[in-house]
Amino acid sequence: MVKRIVVGAHYGLRDWIAQRATAVFMVIFTILFAVAALRLPEMTHEAWSGLFRGGVMRFFTFLFFLALFYHAWIGVRDIFMDYINPAGVRLVLHVVTIFVLVGYAGWAAQILWRL
Amino acid sequence: MSKRTVKLKMYRYDPDKDDKPYMQDYTLELEPSDKKLLDALVRLKSKDDTLSFRRSCREGVCGSDAMNINGKNGLACLTDIDGLPQPIVLRPLPGLPVIRDLIVDMTQFFKQYHSIKPYLINDTPLPDRERLQSPEEREELNGLYECILCACCSTSCPSFWWNPDKFVGPAGLLAAYRFLADTRDEATTERLDNLEDPYRLFRCHSIMNCVDVCPKSLNPTRAIGKIKDMMVSRAV
Repeated sequence: MVKRIVVGAHYGLRDWIAQRATAVFMVIFTILFAVAALRLPEMTHEAWSGLFRGGVMRFFTFLFFLALFYHAWIGVRDIFMDYINPAGVRLVLHVVTIFVLVGYAGWAAQILWRL
Repeated sequence: MSKRTVKLKMYRYDPDKDDKPYMQDYTLELEPSDKKLLDALVRLKSKDDTLSFRRSCREGVCGSDAMNINGKNGLACLTDIDGLPQPIVLRPLPGLPVIRDLIVDMTQFFKQYHSIKPYLINDTPLPDRERLQSPEEREELNGLYECILCACCSTSCPSFWWNPDKFVGPAGLLAAYRFLADTRDEATTERLDNLEDPYRLFRCHSIMNCVDVCPKSLNPTRAIGKIKDMMVSRAV
């Protein structure tokens, strides 16, 4: 069988923008979070978990994790595209990565809403 | 006055004779008229005619004598010998199949160039005289049309090394933007569709080796950025 090179998946722009948008969001969140953490009167477990008690804080922290995982997905997929040649292996790695990242997102929610 | 000598370390490979490539040392006496690296190579070839490399115009217009000079791609005809640390290590352009010595098979490079349809597409009947552009519209093509297709940029691009069959590469994308930016071209939508692909365009991670090596001082990374801008503005 002749192996023909196929391209033309017609995506890429959305992920390219998402990678940048998630990066900007993460930078802003990290700065605000660092300021909030440094302004804690004392670094105790009580004060730390108190920081996440508010609904807004939980929401934005969870959003931060979603941004992180989406950003990581695009980055890791880029690495697979560059370095993993057989399409079958790439597909398996994509599926595994998606499952792991979705799992992480669920785990992050569980931790945040337990605090 | 003592004669200038130059030490060279050349990549040699003749698939008909050699099992594998090797590096050969040369010491060469230069004449006062030998200014550029190409002058030294031509002089060297007159002494060792088994040595193979491409050259034609010898003034940076044809793009034939692109090679890897001390680890950086460039044109031998535009590179001053005197400024080069010795021994001058010469290798073929990285990432392309070697035919012999410094001569590489550029089929893949030109395949990618052809894939972006590097010609004006306009099906409206020609006006009486010519298709006019304003000076501003013409200005946009500066820094794009000057490419001589020497392949210095694409063969210095890691994304092109990994996916030369799928990623268009800096030279091809610069040419793609040359026609996207041309107000006389009518195939903008098709051209953008053709590039909206995770491999063809989005393998570029702005490493900017292309900008670093371009012997014509062009900026493929900026052109790629402008293609992305066009895609964003049609999508949002």
